[in-house]
Amino acid sequence: MRTVDLGALGLDRGAHLLVRHALAKAEVGARVQVRGSDPALAIHLRAWARARGHGFEPGPPPIVIRTSLEDGRWCGAVAAGHAARPSEQASASWGLAARGARVEAGLVPLEFPLATRDEIWTDDAARLYARAAAAQWDPETAINWAASCELPDAVEDAVVQVMTYLIENEVAALIIPARFLARIHPHFREILQVLAIQAADEARHIEVFTRRALLKRDAPGLSTVGGQSSLRTLLEEPDFALASFLLSVLGEGSFLSLLWFLAEHGPDPITRQITTLAAQDEARHVAFGLSHLQQHAAREPGLRARMANAVEQRFSALQHTAGLNEEVFDALVLLAAGSWEPEAIARGFDAVVALRQDMDRGRRTRLARLGFDAEAAERLSSLHTRNFM
Amino acid sequence: MRDQIKPNQIVLGAVAYDPKVVTIWEGFKAYFADQDLGFDYVLFSNYERQVQAHFDGVCNVAWNSPLAWLEAERLAARVGRKARAVAMRDTDCDLTSVVVARAGSGIERVEDLRGKTIAFGASDSPQATLIPLGWLASQGLEPGRDFNVVKHEIAVGMHGDHVGGERHAARDLVEARVDAAAMIDANHLAFGADGTLPTGSTVIVGQTPTYDHCNFTVLDGIDAALLDRFVNLLLGQSFEDPLVRPLLELEGLKKWLPGRTSGYALLDDAITRLGTINAWLDTASANSDGQSS
Ligand SMILES: [Fe+2]
Ligand SMILES: [Fe+2]
Repeated sequence: MRTVDLGALGLDRGAHLLVRHALAKAEVGARVQVRGSDPALAIHLRAWARARGHGFEPGPPPIVIRTSLEDGRWCGAVAAGHAARPSEQASASWGLAARGARVEAGLVPLEFPLATRDEIWTDDAARLYARAAAAQWDPETAINWAASCELPDAVEDAVVQVMTYLIENEVAALIIPARFLARIHPHFREILQVLAIQAADEARHIEVFTRRALLKRDAPGLSTVGGQSSLRTLLEEPDFALASFLLSVLGEGSFLSLLWFLAEHGPDPITRQITTLAAQDEARHVAFGLSHLQQHAAREPGLRARMANAVEQRFSALQHTAGLNEEVFDALVLLAAGSWEPEAIARGFDAVVALRQDMDRGRRTRLARLGFDAEAAERLSSLHTRNFM
Repeated sequence: MRDQIKPNQIVLGAVAYDPKVVTIWEGFKAYFADQDLGFDYVLFSNYERQVQAHFDGVCNVAWNSPLAWLEAERLAARVGRKARAVAMRDTDCDLTSVVVARAGSGIERVEDLRGKTIAFGASDSPQATLIPLGWLASQGLEPGRDFNVVKHEIAVGMHGDHVGGERHAARDLVEARVDAAAMIDANHLAFGADGTLPTGSTVIVGQTPTYDHCNFTVLDGIDAALLDRFVNLLLGQSFEDPLVRPLLELEGLKKWLPGRTSGYALLDDAITRLGTINAWLDTASANSDGQSS
């Protein structure tokens, strides 16, 4: 007969682990003798075995007779796909289980609207997440907040206005991935991770832009109906692929140019530093959007037409709004000029014109990577919101 | 009242000792509906009301505590009816209760309890009061005469289904308000694991012989085919079935067993000795006679 020796350990202090371990190795119907010096052993063992459907004989020494009743819990259990690679379709009955885990039958299905691999997946996700995790920076220590930042009043005002504009755009860029994250089946773990760290990136951008805006001023600048209308169309896009396309490929793609512009023309070291760091993060957001849309487009031939449609619809929804507000445009010029000197303003103006050209080039390149021909890319880029994001 | 039960319908009586009772029987109701068995339930605030209602025809099956079973059995005998236990939980077979003392108090054997004070659960708790009292008496220790009895009258009428009485008795012991305490074996284990009884702080002075707990009780007159169907559905419930498993887990069993009445002798002796239900029985039998005439 099998014997398990508990020594002085009582069942009220974990000895049941030893009994359970011994029973797991025994076949159904087997008798396992339990030895030990705890005076309550036989009493506790009776209660423990009874609650688990095992037979019991008081002995001494007491004996537990293994039944299969407890094993019944794992009858009909299924694997939540394979750990290494996500399944084509994630099942609602896997719930929140780790990919590849064994899931007890009878789980109330947990519905996630985005559960099809083709709609969301990219093989780059794990790599992009790792890169993002390694590139996280601390707003407190990564930026030299003590750097000298004495600007003419008007230039400081211009910086504050640009920061004000950036902040509301960053808020949209935080909310959109966060919303989709909650709709994606957790079987696609890497996608959730990428979106989560993307939201964390945006939270950090909001933090540093706010801090720069309030460095010398009591309040941020102006927020316009036109700017917010543009962002609202992004928030209202219910389709993950289309929202990613509009936000990450076109919007954050254009923002990359803007951040590089600010990193180059920013009139103070803090502005240059925060926009440099934000641009590095944004590049990953754009890369993720491009990557999963490329894979998605390869599987869904109609996706490109849907993307083109989305740009056109957004254009018509926004054509009677103001687009980029004058305050932001003028602030960018003045910020790049650095002074009221007419020659400086001319330089600033030229730089902003070059910025818009740079944005357009970038959009067309990315559209080409998604398989649009040059003509379509040019047309779609020209229809992109005048608000940049 | 009897007419309230539709033909071919099981109306189960159960005592609402905990809010989860609603979840349990709602779950069973849905399960039986899926199996095309007409099933409903009525909840009672105490077992005496349930037993009386069972005899009055408010329900035709009662989920009875062991004391309620004996109440039904004795009432049936008085009024010329017949009670039967038709099914029970596997976890309700072969329970024991223990009497424990503080380690190092010098109390090690039952004889050492003479002249001491012992904490129990509620007056109507089979496991924490009646069976231990009866068993101590059988060992020559008469309650009140040979030791002092401290009861914890928590949820009287629920026959000890509420764990509160036993927990209070255990605390009394740890905090030295009493010399010993009675509880069911599983609670001695649970109180040790959750720290109510610190490890090594108690010694087991004695353990009762085994006894059984709840059963589904029916009275004569229930439709035999209907009852068969109900019992067979219960006995057929498998822990392997993911639809049934949550119900069995809530109700605390792995499988249903056919009812047996061989495990109620200890309690029967105890209540005979203590006269626990005599007064109730007089009233209830008078009521039931009035009902049937
Ligand atoms: Fe950002
Ligand atoms: Fe971003």
